Amino acid sequence: MAIKSSLRNMVVVLTLVCLGASAAVAVVYAVTKDPIAAAVADKTNKAIEEVVPSFDNNPSEETMMVVADLQNPAETNKVYVARKGGEIVGYAIESTTKKGFGGPFTIMVGFTPDGKVYNTSVLSHSETPGLGAKITDKGSHFITQWKDKNLTDGSVNLTVKKDGGDIDAITASTISSRAFCNAMEIAANVFNNISTEKH
Amino acid sequence: MSKFKYLIDGIVKNNPTFVLVLGMCPTLATTTSAINGMGMGLATTAVLICSNMVISLLAPVIPNKVRIPCYIVVIAAFVTVVQFVMQAFTPSLYETLGIFIPLIVVNCIVLGRAEAFANKHSVGESALDGIGIGIGFTLALTCIGLVRELLGNLSAFDNKFSSSDGMLVFVLAPGAFLVLGYLMVLFNRLKDRKKKA
Repeated sequence: MAIKSSLRNMVVVLTLVCLGASAAVAVVYAVTKDPIAAAVADKTNKAIEEVVPSFDNNPSEETMMVVADLQNPAETNKVYVARKGGEIVGYAIESTTKKGFGGPFTIMVGFTPDGKVYNTSVLSHSETPGLGAKITDKGSHFITQWKDKNLTDGSVNLTVKKDGGDIDAITASTISSRAFCNAMEIAANVFNNISTEKH
Repeated sequence: MSKFKYLIDGIVKNNPTFVLVLGMCPTLATTTSAINGMGMGLATTAVLICSNMVISLLAPVIPNKVRIPCYIVVIAAFVTVVQFVMQAFTPSLYETLGIFIPLIVVNCIVLGRAEAFANKHSVGESALDGIGIGIGFTLALTCIGLVRELLGNLSAFDNKFSSSDGMLVFVLAPGAFLVLGYLMVLFNRLKDRKKKA
């Protein structure tokens, strides 16, 4: 049943198959483009809602890119500004650490305008399930201990207790906990740079 | 009845994980929980059914020497389609499975069924084979995922029934090999016993 191969029929068939396949992919891309964008936006909005006090503007429309490290202005973090009745009630800062156990991970950190942490949320990670992945357990002590800590006035030593700091690490997940602290530190630096830009 | 046999064969006699031992990379990597295993299995099933049907249609017109490139293009197109659909409608599962969705392209099960079955059989038979193999793969991954989740995290389908920690080794990579090995022994023993009886 197999057709004897000649240069001509091989080129023709392969070209047609590729054309057909790319046409199919193009159609599906066009159909799913909007739902994918909506899913991504939805996720960001949910994370913002979680990490800052209640607001009535659309923080996704009021964003700024702020550097964390003034020595390295190429790397910027996205900051969402939450307002209620025109007053700023909080900043949601996206922060990515490269020190995760399973690769980089990204968290959203919410600060109230006085520099205290309101809440945090993990946007994406590839930490080990059952170990480092506990950074996503919302009610756990590791996550709740951040609330109301002021990271911007130097009163908190942003390292885990094992390293002489003030943060309780997740049992058996010291590397993930350290990485989380690193991400919080980046976010705190970003917050300080927002303030310096303003005043 | 004879057509129905293709479906059952995929689940038992030709079970891709426990008998053919194909597609081990996603099997070991994505079965950290029952939900993840099932998601991977269903994604692969969708690709398998579509690619089997299209390849059995195209097989008579494809010259022998370029058949593998043609199959791969067809499979890659369906994988990309599945990827878009998952990204749009099940974003959290899409993120958990990550790199393993695009890697379905090189899953030996899909190409293996195209080469060993679909190009010699009719569209209907190929679809049944795709469904059978897909169900077999999904069941196997769900079982492995469930056992690993039960022992490693004391939960089933993400419902935690104990707050204490499980035996973490089962969630980590070595646990994948252990569980796969024992389940493979169990599966083949049950299968052989049934055959003798």
